[in-house]
Amino acid sequence: MSTSATAHHDAHHDEHHDTGRNTTLGFWIYLMTDCILFSCFFATYAVLFMNTAGGVSGKDIFDLNLIAGGTAALLLSSITFGFAMISAYKKSKGGTLLWLAVTFLFGATFIAIELYEFNHLIHAGHGPSTSAFLTAFFSLVGLHGLHVTAGLLWITIMFIDVAKRGLKDRTVTRLGCLSLFWHFLDVIWICVFSFVYLMGAM
Amino acid sequence: MNLLGKLSWDAIPHDPIVLVTLAIVAIGGAALFVFMTLAKKWGWLWREWLTSVDHKRLGIMYIILALVMLVRGFADAIMMRTQLAVATNGSEGYLPPHHYDQIFTAHGVIMIIFMAMPFMIGLMNIIVPLQIGARDVAFPFLNNLSFWLAVSGALLVNISLGLGEFAMTGWVAYPPLSGLEFSPGTGVDYYIWALQISGIGTTLTGVNFLVTVLKMRAPGMKLMEMPIFTWTCTWANVLIVASFPILTAALAMLTLDRYLDFHFFTNDLGGNSMMYINLFWAWGHPEVYILVLPAFGMFSEIVSTFSGKRLFGHKSMIYASGVISLLGFIVWLHHFFTMGSSANVNAFFGIMTMIIAIPTGVKLFNWLFTMYKGRIRMTVPMYWVMGFMITFSIGGMTGVLLAIPGADYVLHNSLFLIAHFHNTIIGGAVFGYLAGFAFWFPKAMGFHLDPKLGKVSFWCWFIGFFLAFMPLYVLGFLGMTRRLNHTDNPDWNVWLYIAAVGAFVIAIGIAAFVLQLILGFKNKDKNLDKTGDPWNGHTLEWSLASPPQFYNFAKIPHVEDLDAFTDMKEKGTAYQRHASYEPIHMPSNTNAGPIMGLLATAMGFALIWHIWWLAGASFIGLIVAFIFRAYASNTDYYVQPDEVARIENEHLDNVAKG
Repeated sequence: MSTSATAHHDAHHDEHHDTGRNTTLGFWIYLMTDCILFSCFFATYAVLFMNTAGGVSGKDIFDLNLIAGGTAALLLSSITFGFAMISAYKKSKGGTLLWLAVTFLFGATFIAIELYEFNHLIHAGHGPSTSAFLTAFFSLVGLHGLHVTAGLLWITIMFIDVAKRGLKDRTVTRLGCLSLFWHFLDVIWICVFSFVYLMGAM
Repeated sequence: MNLLGKLSWDAIPHDPIVLVTLAIVAIGGAALFVFMTLAKKWGWLWREWLTSVDHKRLGIMYIILALVMLVRGFADAIMMRTQLAVATNGSEGYLPPHHYDQIFTAHGVIMIIFMAMPFMIGLMNIIVPLQIGARDVAFPFLNNLSFWLAVSGALLVNISLGLGEFAMTGWVAYPPLSGLEFSPGTGVDYYIWALQISGIGTTLTGVNFLVTVLKMRAPGMKLMEMPIFTWTCTWANVLIVASFPILTAALAMLTLDRYLDFHFFTNDLGGNSMMYINLFWAWGHPEVYILVLPAFGMFSEIVSTFSGKRLFGHKSMIYASGVISLLGFIVWLHHFFTMGSSANVNAFFGIMTMIIAIPTGVKLFNWLFTMYKGRIRMTVPMYWVMGFMITFSIGGMTGVLLAIPGADYVLHNSLFLIAHFHNTIIGGAVFGYLAGFAFWFPKAMGFHLDPKLGKVSFWCWFIGFFLAFMPLYVLGFLGMTRRLNHTDNPDWNVWLYIAAVGAFVIAIGIAAFVLQLILGFKNKDKNLDKTGDPWNGHTLEWSLASPPQFYNFAKIPHVEDLDAFTDMKEKGTAYQRHASYEPIHMPSNTNAGPIMGLLATAMGFALIWHIWWLAGASFIGLIVAFIFRAYASNTDYYVQPDEVARIENEHLDNVAKG
């Protein structure tokens, strides 16, 4: 620690506020708080998922083929975001923009599938107000969906940023944070997919 | 569609007590407005303070918020005590249940979330960056935003006084009582949004200060060599980032239940209200350690300074705080032993709770050994420390008693519990903050307060506390439960009278405190602290001027010892004059923080009153404002070496004279 503090001292002209390393660590800690937020919704789902109030359970409503499609889109978007970061570190503006756009499309596909699923369930009479199980299900999956939507907005902003100003240090730092965010949501989704859909459909 | 949602003239309460309060607030507010306008101070207030990203100024504003809310929360307290003293023998008293229930809910919420938290975060803001030799926190703008989110929550709670109502559920807002079925009004919505908005601000503060201590310590300061106050704050911040998201989740679920007819906690369709209670206390119990650990740090600094000795067992103090933090997460179930868990579950949580007494005992002995053979100076902060050690020990022991599930079945929800947690929160946290306030006031403001009035304030608080709360232990044993509006049991009367007297004695203590501040500002010039080191301090904050230079350190110090400043004074390296200085990089003030705070308030208010267009507009406004801020230019500037040299030389001349 003391060496990094010394380095920080020597370079204090440019490195004092909102520097890259501080930002990344701060964002990492923020992600851990987000992780706890998700874990509360997971725990609540675990408590409530059998409380179907005489209505449908997961086995009756989960369409695994559909969800597998969404999952594939999201997992692929993580890979393509990885390519965007490689391009960004190589300072390749065109490559970064291309891969950001591909990532956005995969992410949007995921959200579209989720919206289709939600819409389908609500119209079939299985909305979140029907039972505690459906409340917990819609909230957990919806919370993840809201995060992905925020991620899509952020990708859009970073796309404009890169297109207009190129790959300055600050932009690459922010892309790095977005990358952490995006992969984190992928990890969360793997838990949602296994814990909610796979176990529920069994 | 109604453009004002549920809002109408009926929202203004007709209770004469509320109307008189509103009139007083309106007159006071108008007087303040006229004064500020005549003195042409608005621009100064906005540029120098409200938009400031300086951690010291934000800290002072946090403490002002805390003191204002202390008065508000105490007004609630004294109304409850007088009501209970009057409403005996079947008399109904002067506060009808509808009003009384709002008062005890507001009292709890205000004292924990809007008095204790801002007080603690304020002191942490002022002192932690100074103690680690940093020029600011890691994210200065975020720090300003956190403050405004706290203000936003406080505003919502206070708006509820004049528009609509506050929750009548108790400060924990357990469903199903807090659900739509039993609380159809706006009260619980005020509660939800006030806590949600300020809670997000607190989470951001936790992230900010963790990065600050991990990344911005002066060279030479290893983690285990951070001053003890910084360390206890760091543990508190670990608890904040680990527990506040749980509050966010619980409140979000309650929101969904109330707004969108979800069924997390409802009685019907499979909801489970115990889930809320579990989540609430999984946050709520760490929260009390968030409040008290920094107070322990303050006591440690004060004991060490005024005993003229190094703190006994610095490392053991750090580890004890860590153990308390860890245990703080596995005791939440003791808040509801009566839920009906199995005996083994209750036994586990009971034992874990009792074990917390061990690291806390370690701390108490460390303080005693620090004082042992020390040259003790009985200053105002030391009075608070002494008062704390006695009071908190009693509170801790009654806590161990309550930790026994069998005993808890008898005492659950009785006034014994109320006595216990006031015993620890007032005796531990509040005495700590008042000690820290007296200790660091000269540092933050640059002048001394009258110690005589400080001691009067202490004695009134100390005696008043025992008068107000020891009777509650007795009443608990006599079977009086909490949140009663009026009583009819002659055996209880005398204890209720004594408790009311105690509240008035504390009121005198608060009055002495306020008087001390007023006289302090009036006689400011006579009591200036020129040297910056009034108490012969041990840590780096005392090496600076009082109030500190706005850039804190002209040259970042090199730390070679635990008591860094004592070490510098002994080696003769303190107060060095430098031939030249380098430019200092500083963040600029920003109006993004207050604007976003205002938008958050508008959004909360709109959601409470179902004014959907305003809620949507202010939410989009928040996002847009954040993006604008993220791409703003002019977010920083440089202080030039000649200005640094001028300020430093002025300080060093003052030190030489002093």
